[in-house]
Amino acid sequence: MKNKSLCFGFAALLALAFTGCGNKSSNESSEQPAATSAPGATVDAATAGSVSGSVKLDGTAPRMRPINMSAEPYCQKANKGPVVPPEVVTGEGNTLANVVVYVKDDMSKYSFPTPSDAVPLAQQGCMYDPHVVALMAGQTLEVKNDDQTTHNIHPMPKDNREWNKSQPPGAAPIDDSFARPELGIPVKCNVHPWMKSYIFVFKNPYYAVTAKDGKFEIKDLPPGTYTIVAWQEKYGTQEQTVTIGPKEAKEVSFTFKASGTAGD
Amino acid sequence: MSSTDNLRNVHRFVILTCGSTVLLLMAGALVTSNDAADSVPDWPLAYGKIIPPFVGGIRYEFTHRVVAGLVAILTLALALWLARSERRPWVRRLGWTVLALVLTQALLGAFRVLERHAALSATAHAILAQIFFAALVSLALFTSSWWQFEVPLLDDPGSPCVSSLAASTTAVIFGQLVLGAAFRHGAFGIVPHIVGAGVVALAVIWTGRAAKKRFARIPSIRRSVVWLHATFGTQILLGGAAYWAILASREAPQPSLAYVALSVAHVLVGALTLAASVILTLVCFRLIRREPARAHTHAQSEVLTR
Repeated sequence: MKNKSLCFGFAALLALAFTGCGNKSSNESSEQPAATSAPGATVDAATAGSVSGSVKLDGTAPRMRPINMSAEPYCQKANKGPVVPPEVVTGEGNTLANVVVYVKDDMSKYSFPTPSDAVPLAQQGCMYDPHVVALMAGQTLEVKNDDQTTHNIHPMPKDNREWNKSQPPGAAPIDDSFARPELGIPVKCNVHPWMKSYIFVFKNPYYAVTAKDGKFEIKDLPPGTYTIVAWQEKYGTQEQTVTIGPKEAKEVSFTFKASGTAGD
Repeated sequence: MSSTDNLRNVHRFVILTCGSTVLLLMAGALVTSNDAADSVPDWPLAYGKIIPPFVGGIRYEFTHRVVAGLVAILTLALALWLARSERRPWVRRLGWTVLALVLTQALLGAFRVLERHAALSATAHAILAQIFFAALVSLALFTSSWWQFEVPLLDDPGSPCVSSLAASTTAVIFGQLVLGAAFRHGAFGIVPHIVGAGVVALAVIWTGRAAKKRFARIPSIRRSVVWLHATFGTQILLGGAAYWAILASREAPQPSLAYVALSVAHVLVGALTLAASVILTLVCFRLIRREPARAHTHAQSEVLTR
């Protein structure tokens, strides 16, 4: 009798356990066909304008803690001196790199062909290069492993299909794409947990990622009023509104305020 | 081999399997704390090989798989041993149950690797690990010589009865482990886990006080309460320290050593706290009469204190 009670008690605990894990949270939704732009008007090159400018940091870039690569001797050897996470990369005159500048507005009345050229994402010295990648939905992302060690490439999107692929040294590049637009998809290498990158997927070609000089240019914009957004990994987003007339080239500048100092 | 020797050996083998499971829990916790859960994208092979390159996060994930394989083999051997030599049918059934649990756990681990619904599958994987460990600890108690001796039953003069309090505490601790796993794997925030710690504290204190007050002279109950209090107290301290480590390493480029050590210890002591509570519950069910209270004699208590 007592033993039966014990069995019942244990079964009750099991039942309790299984009811506790019924949370259906999923960041993956059903996949849809690759985003090919619906037929629509094409942008008239004769009237199209552009927006260009630069992004700067107001203040001192935070001092980041150096990455400890001792878990992987190859990675340590591949880098001369300590490596810090490229969260805030500044150039001469405090210009900011790795800022994604894009047009926020709905451009669905136009059709844009998916570019046929692949966007590269390299793994060099156990770091991603570039740190921030932008491409169009359906465009090929080409991931290369230039290191003499194994990596895994693991983008973790919310609106696209999640994937995780291994890439040993000398392996062929991995080609993949994202079907739907999505901003700031985190990418990780779980073999080397410090390796982080972001992928931005757009429906239209109106985006740019700043290099170390902080400069960007968005070309072939039809005349109109647009909200231009600048995203920076640590400092978030800023927006500005700009009106572009026919053949007009407008300049827009963004300044992010340095706040807090990591690693101090 | 005599029947007594066989019983003793089975019990030792269960203890060995329990010890290996503690190592497995540690290996699993190291995978999560080192952010290495997805470092091997394939299963059952690793990078298409039996032995993958032993670098970076792969070391943690592969070690976890190897220890899991070892525990599965031990559990299979245990189930077979019990099936051959155990006279109690319900213990034999429990042997098969733990085998089913470890196999389900392996499939859940494969699902975690291949399907990557991280918050859900990793939380379920962590919870099933605790259930498996608790089942093995129960089996260790059931195969001990203490469990198989005839013992006079005790009456519980208080209400609610200590057996019910201990069972409730086990359920509350288990719930708290669910909340902890959900927080660790990103399904919930920290608040439910902190609230849960408060509820567990009340349950542990209440049960401990009742058990000590009513059965102060019963060594098995007293020892179980001491174990429960010791593990829970350690767990509270480790929980606070692990949360501090999370906050302190928010800006760090990778998991810090302090975070890894404290979070892994927190997971392990959480499992030990559940085990202590399961033991207390089972000891109470074994010793305390469940029928309406009847006065027990002083002589009966004397027998039990020996």
